[in-house]
Amino acid sequence: MLPLADTNFAEATWIMVVKSIVIFAVIFGILPLLTVLERKLIGRFQHRYGPNRVGPYGLLQPLADVGKLISKESFRPENAISTLFILGPLLPVLSGVMALAIIPWGDVQGGVGFYGIDVPIGILYFFAVGSIAFYGLLLGGWSSGSKYSLLGAMRSAAQLISYEVAMGLALLGVIMMSGSLSLVDAVHAQGEMWFIVPQFVGFLIFMLAGFAETNRTPFDMPEADAELVQGFMTEYGGMRFGSFLLVEYMEILVVSGIAAAMFLGGWMGPGPSWLDPIWMLAKMLGLVLVFIWVRATLPRLRYDQLMSLGWKVLLPLATLNVLVTAVLVVVFS
Amino acid sequence: MSADTGNGFDPKSAPYLDSIEVVEVQRGPEPGGVGGAYRAFGETLRGLKTTMARLIEGPMTIEYPEEKTPVYPRFRGRHKLHKFEDTGLEKCVGCSLCAAACPADCIRVVAAENIPGERVSAGERYAAVYEINLSRCIFCGYCEIACPFDAITMGHDYEMADYDRRDLIFTKEMLLAEPIERTPLRSEGE
Repeated sequence: MLPLADTNFAEATWIMVVKSIVIFAVIFGILPLLTVLERKLIGRFQHRYGPNRVGPYGLLQPLADVGKLISKESFRPENAISTLFILGPLLPVLSGVMALAIIPWGDVQGGVGFYGIDVPIGILYFFAVGSIAFYGLLLGGWSSGSKYSLLGAMRSAAQLISYEVAMGLALLGVIMMSGSLSLVDAVHAQGEMWFIVPQFVGFLIFMLAGFAETNRTPFDMPEADAELVQGFMTEYGGMRFGSFLLVEYMEILVVSGIAAAMFLGGWMGPGPSWLDPIWMLAKMLGLVLVFIWVRATLPRLRYDQLMSLGWKVLLPLATLNVLVTAVLVVVFS
Repeated sequence: MSADTGNGFDPKSAPYLDSIEVVEVQRGPEPGGVGGAYRAFGETLRGLKTTMARLIEGPMTIEYPEEKTPVYPRFRGRHKLHKFEDTGLEKCVGCSLCAAACPADCIRVVAAENIPGERVSAGERYAAVYEINLSRCIFCGYCEIACPFDAITMGHDYEMADYDRRDLIFTKEMLLAEPIERTPLRSEGE
């Protein structure tokens, strides 16, 4: 049997299976807690407590939320296109889970690589898989047969083309410095200095594009709860709506994971090597806090503002960053 | 101020203005461009600082059922009827002035003559029936002002929600009884 992807490190099949289950379980354990964390933190940012009634410190709130969502009817509008409507929330979940595979949690220890899979095309895989999520948004919005959903889908299309290029170019600097597309190699290359120092501009551009990728404020135009009543999600209810929400948090984790691996030294940190995954998680959570902090601060932009930001500021800056990095890499090597 | 306002405004074009005192409007730099992006970045950081300061200040919520805002001494809550402390007689003499003053018409008083030997009130007559329909009461306090004997006053209790409208008609016995102090009173100077 041909392998699905050429990997840098070969392992037994059963190890791969166990690894995927562990990563899946850990991430899906963290996701509900992230929703509580976000609601509580946003509350604190607004002089409130946030949810604190269900369970100790409101920790069981996601359980109540999911229980409510699951028990709701899976509603479908009359003029929706049935198959595509159901496919809508499935594709983003698929892409989110697939993107989790390349986040490196640690080095190879005792014959086991602490990551789902180390593909030599690393970052390209992330972009390829991440783009699938937008099919979900577009299909879901279009097949709902509702004007708000369609507007939300159109906005996500407009958003997609304006940030994706800059996002790729922002990572190009890191790729040139580490000399590999693999995230594991990128972390190894940060042994002396985290890439956030030489690639600070790249980091900023990547995070800005990341806000757009995850549909978070200030770039949450596809959802825009104030004017588009959740945009492409308008006609969704129950757990289908829930999976869109789930994907949003999963994408935050993925983008944070990529940023932590590419710019913040990945799993590197003081202490014994078994602390590596915890360091990685801590760095990811730190970036998640930035996401929440920004959401509590900034209003939503108009989407022509996002497009002009993407094309007129981020893209030239990212290109300049790549050029300067290229020259410096050639000069110093 | 001189006629030259320095911003291209010709005062002669506005003869309705007696003295030209045009205040220069302070305008920010034009948005857009690299400079605009730089300033937007700076303003974003300022915004982030502002929200972080709110986070550090901590929540200001009063978690209501467990924690209550103290009421002021003159707060107009549920009514109380009073008795003389020494004799134990009711202060209310059944004059119905409170019922007359009530704009919501929620007080019903039926007066009766005091029989010597088993006096209920200090006056000639007493209130045989004294009812306040709290579902109609607007808590204006006019009954308290109208009462010549200070027999009715407004208390501090505001937690009177009930499941049945009939339960909101408070009888004389209920109004005379010592109310459960459910709401804290504001201390001096608070």
